[in-house]
Amino acid sequence: MPEPIFEIRNLDVRFATHDGEVHAVRNVSLDIAEGECLGVVGESGSGKSQVFLAAMGLLSSNGRATGSVKYRGRELLGLPQHKLNRVRGSNITMIFQDPLTSLTPHMTIGAQIMEGLRSHRRIPRDVAEARAIEILEVVRIPEARQRMRQYPHELSGGMRQRAMIAMATVSGPDLLIADEPTTALDVTVQAQILDIMRELKSELKTAVVMISHDMGVIAGIADRVQVMREGQIVEAGPVEGIFYRPQHAYTKELIDAMPRLDKADLTETARAEPAPDAPKLLEVSDLKVHFPIKVAPWITRPLRAVDGVSFTLRQGETLGVVGESGCGKSTLARAILQLLPRTDGSVVWLGHDLDTHRREDLRKLRKELQIVFQDPLASLDPRCTVGQSIAEPLHALMPVLPREEVSARVKKMMARVGLDPGWINRYPHEFSGGQNQRVGVARAMIVEPKLVICDEAVSALDVSIQAQIVRLIAELQAQTHMSLIFISHDLAIVRQLAHRVIVLYMGQVVEIADGDTIYFDPRHPYTKALISAVPVPDPRLERAKKRIKLAGDLPSPLATRAPLTFLKSKVIDSATAEQYRPKLIQVSPGHFVAEHDEVVT
Amino acid sequence: MSIIVPNAGNAAAMTRAQEMRGRSLWVDARRRLFENKAAVVSMVLLAIITLMAILAPLLSRYSFDATDWNVVSCAPDWWPDSTVMCNAGGTHWFGTDSVGRDLFVRVLYGARVSLAVGLVTTLVSLLIGVLYGAIAGYIGGLLDDIMMRVVDVLYSLPFIFFVIILMVIFHRSLFLLFVAIGAVEWLTMARIVRGQTLSIKHKEFIEAARAGGVGPLAIILRHVIPNLLGPVIIYVTLTIPDVILAESFLSFLGLGVQEPLTSWGVLISDGANQMEIAPWMLIFPALFMALTLFCFNFIGDGLRDALDPKER
Amino acid sequence: MLSYAARRFLGALPTLFIIITFAFFMMRLAPGGPFDSNRHLPPEIEYNIEAAYNLDKPVYEQYFIYLDNLAHFDLGPSYKTKDFTVGEMIAAGLPVSLRLGLSAMALAIFFGIALGTIAALNKNKGTDYGVMVLAMFGITIPTFVTAPILTLIFGIYGVNFLGMDLSLPVGGWNGGALPNMILPVTVLALPQIAIISRLVRGSTIEALRSNYVRTARAKGLPAYLILWRHVLRSSLLPLVSYLGPAVAGLLTGSLIVEQIFGLPGIGRYFVNAALNRDYTLMMGVIIVYAVFIIGLNLVADLLYAVLDPRVTYKR
Repeated sequence: MPEPIFEIRNLDVRFATHDGEVHAVRNVSLDIAEGECLGVVGESGSGKSQVFLAAMGLLSSNGRATGSVKYRGRELLGLPQHKLNRVRGSNITMIFQDPLTSLTPHMTIGAQIMEGLRSHRRIPRDVAEARAIEILEVVRIPEARQRMRQYPHELSGGMRQRAMIAMATVSGPDLLIADEPTTALDVTVQAQILDIMRELKSELKTAVVMISHDMGVIAGIADRVQVMREGQIVEAGPVEGIFYRPQHAYTKELIDAMPRLDKADLTETARAEPAPDAPKLLEVSDLKVHFPIKVAPWITRPLRAVDGVSFTLRQGETLGVVGESGCGKSTLARAILQLLPRTDGSVVWLGHDLDTHRREDLRKLRKELQIVFQDPLASLDPRCTVGQSIAEPLHALMPVLPREEVSARVKKMMARVGLDPGWINRYPHEFSGGQNQRVGVARAMIVEPKLVICDEAVSALDVSIQAQIVRLIAELQAQTHMSLIFISHDLAIVRQLAHRVIVLYMGQVVEIADGDTIYFDPRHPYTKALISAVPVPDPRLERAKKRIKLAGDLPSPLATRAPLTFLKSKVIDSATAEQYRPKLIQVSPGHFVAEHDEVVT
Repeated sequence: MSIIVPNAGNAAAMTRAQEMRGRSLWVDARRRLFENKAAVVSMVLLAIITLMAILAPLLSRYSFDATDWNVVSCAPDWWPDSTVMCNAGGTHWFGTDSVGRDLFVRVLYGARVSLAVGLVTTLVSLLIGVLYGAIAGYIGGLLDDIMMRVVDVLYSLPFIFFVIILMVIFHRSLFLLFVAIGAVEWLTMARIVRGQTLSIKHKEFIEAARAGGVGPLAIILRHVIPNLLGPVIIYVTLTIPDVILAESFLSFLGLGVQEPLTSWGVLISDGANQMEIAPWMLIFPALFMALTLFCFNFIGDGLRDALDPKER
Repeated sequence: MLSYAARRFLGALPTLFIIITFAFFMMRLAPGGPFDSNRHLPPEIEYNIEAAYNLDKPVYEQYFIYLDNLAHFDLGPSYKTKDFTVGEMIAAGLPVSLRLGLSAMALAIFFGIALGTIAALNKNKGTDYGVMVLAMFGITIPTFVTAPILTLIFGIYGVNFLGMDLSLPVGGWNGGALPNMILPVTVLALPQIAIISRLVRGSTIEALRSNYVRTARAKGLPAYLILWRHVLRSSLLPLVSYLGPAVAGLLTGSLIVEQIFGLPGIGRYFVNAALNRDYTLMMGVIIVYAVFIIGLNLVADLLYAVLDPRVTYKR
């Protein structure tokens, strides 16, 4: 092993909080050699970010670090600010998770890239500017010269993160610390950012620390891996060793919990196939939800959040809905539940056309159709006990039930979702995210609905918790034969549960097929790109994978041309013209693909 | 920042220990409030001042409007400066004013008026503000636009001047004082309540309740109002001192409470005129008023820290 | 940007119009005319006076006459001070009030920002607690208490510091001489210093905790640059929004300060007009005040848009 450029020895980080001292990092030691990529993986609260924030002297004011951090033999810990600043930002740089809040809102991209450079090396402004433009081109920001003068809020998420990377590489560092650099991004954008980072690593010979919760990301880029849990390193070693021969139980658990695209049915419960003669529950046809958006004082334009979606759902069936941010998947869920008024189209439930204006329909619908939300804490009223939250639909929909009966049912339901019924009088803030999401599931299940819509129901959770909740939902489905609409940006999760999958792009369906077909035989270029972008937690597969890349970012949903990204030949070159709508074409039984141009690969 | 997730085993152990009792946000907030020393001391002091104001007639043998020409502008017996013209005698603890009335009783009677104005007016503004803000926020749309436009326009008026006009034009009375100051203070309340309602309205738990079939009225009662309470309570504690200040301001200018009734503003105004020869006439009412305002502000700050949703 | 400014300006005009209308009709609602307190005049003389002030005409007509005069910057005659028009009196008083107000504002902004930033940088240390306790004093102790007490100390008792006489005049304008300005400006500025320093402390702490300041620190920038470039701009935004209310606060305070220190500003005219029921003078002063408040709100809006690139000029 070559001489390490960065050594951490016996690092401890403690935070003084109102509830006493928190020992966030315990006795961590690690080395980074020149030009290598170290992956640091762990779940939220494992202290993985704090290790490097401490090393860079960036702990929040209540934090204390002890131990030793050496850069090329020089001790960094306890160094006064002005001495630390000679290394920080010049030899060692850092990229943060959320590029919007991590960039100063009132400074242009150019100014922010140049200021670091100019404070470390006394170079004239025009030289710095030329260097900044050069580096923006390296991270493939188009029209770099104009971007220099733009403010962070004027760029998309992917562009912002590129600017952030440019900022961190402009001074030619030896070590680049990337703290969850792709977590806030869509999966296709994540793939582009990871590509850029891989290139930087191989071209500039910069050592990289990749901090991530995502084993797939780590598998694709790291040379060596450190697994962290509760502030400690539980296992360390070369990437292949960690993934193919994990020693520690926790590492195994992490790898197993990670949902995989290439292998379905991670859950022990076999997916219960719906009976072939199962009745049709839900029939959605040509559903449209448009929001008026003010673009100028007197001009509003429709934002076509959902633009002509049709599908049917049978009893016991699970439909996966997949798409990136802004594709309209959450709007679709709310429109089906009649939480949002639809602009056009129909929703037929058990043969009845649902009319939002009829109270009777709505009441009946609420009892049979329920939803589990994304953010477990936000979807529970902080001032209600979990018992009250779970009981609420019962009170509202079955007001005749006696009090004891309600309480009994709530307790039974809590037990079914794996919560201690004794916790009935506790409040959401006393629980973890996973426990709160169990409360959310219990609230949805209490009225014994025929269909539950899970809107990104596990996206905010750690992988191990994610797996538990997915398993819970699958078990409940097997017991009750309910139908599920499982909405997620994460194809791998959807793959675990869904019998059929819909891929949404800009409010329109681009492909429908059963679960296996969509992964093994995707036809639409967007589906292909989406699938190839999902990182697989398997280093050899991940590195050998042929990538189908999408150029650029998602277009603005306000642009009428946006849904025609894959059918450029039909675009009418006018901002206001009614554009062509791609038709769905059946390629094999049950497999529909939207019209698209042939992609030359 | 690391978030500490209570692990399941721990939570289960705690359950058994404290049988099915949850810690609500209110309980948490109360604990934090009582840990705030400044706020606790303020609450005690305020309680004492309020009690003294209520019991004023029992605490001294002098009546608030009885003049005694033998002791005009006399210092209390314990006054350290011996160059004063006269000493008032044993039971005039705070000395006497320029017509020989007992200052101690008058300060307490002033407290009655000032505190009453503070409370009643804040209630008036609370009522108008909460109703107005909640309606605008919950219904939203065009109605919200219009209602908030009205508030914006009123906000940019120099409102204290309108209060003065009101007091000039109509006969000065306590009732009018309540109405006039209340008419100024409700604007901020309406803004706060509307903003809060809007943000609560878009929370996922409201959507969850709707999906669970809960009707609009029940949603407002069960979910919107309890979550609105925190900011409203904070604002109320901060409005009371504002109102007391506004009243004393008017009284100081001679546009507030009329003789023989008194308020801290009136007393301070009298005291300021006499301060060269009788500084106690300024110092005692000013001290009581400042102390009261201090208390309210510390309690308000304490409540803000205790109820601040950012902490969660 | 220019069209944004123009739109905001046009938007402010109706507000001013509403204030004028509101004030006018409230005055006219007042029971009893402005001359009631005079000794009883023969009816014909009273009629003549009323005719001279247009009081014999219907209210709506009076309103239009008033508006018409206003459009020519004519605020009408004073009801009580017979030899002067309202316009003349305001012209005499405004420079005094303006100087007082602007000096107090400058003082408040300077010390408010300085104290607030220092407190934020020393969060939860002695300096911070000291500044915040002082600020609490500034907020809770009203102008009409600080004014007499400071007068007592610096004016009446007099202060000798190392042999220097630091006594200050306790009243009078003296053509705006510096010694005469010190006490009134200080008294006027104190509550605003307190409010602004609390405001700035809060927003600075928030900015210092932000992710973008962490990024700036990670770049290895020296502390003063981080404060100057990254922190200060965002921490001053709430102060800009507070400019409007600050002006209202200063105007209110000026009523007291001009009264106590006997300064010939429009605030004192207003109080005297209120006590004498001089309606035209009251109206005149209110309109001038409203113009200032609306104007400063406008300036604050524009300043905000300049400081924060995220504000769009559309809408």
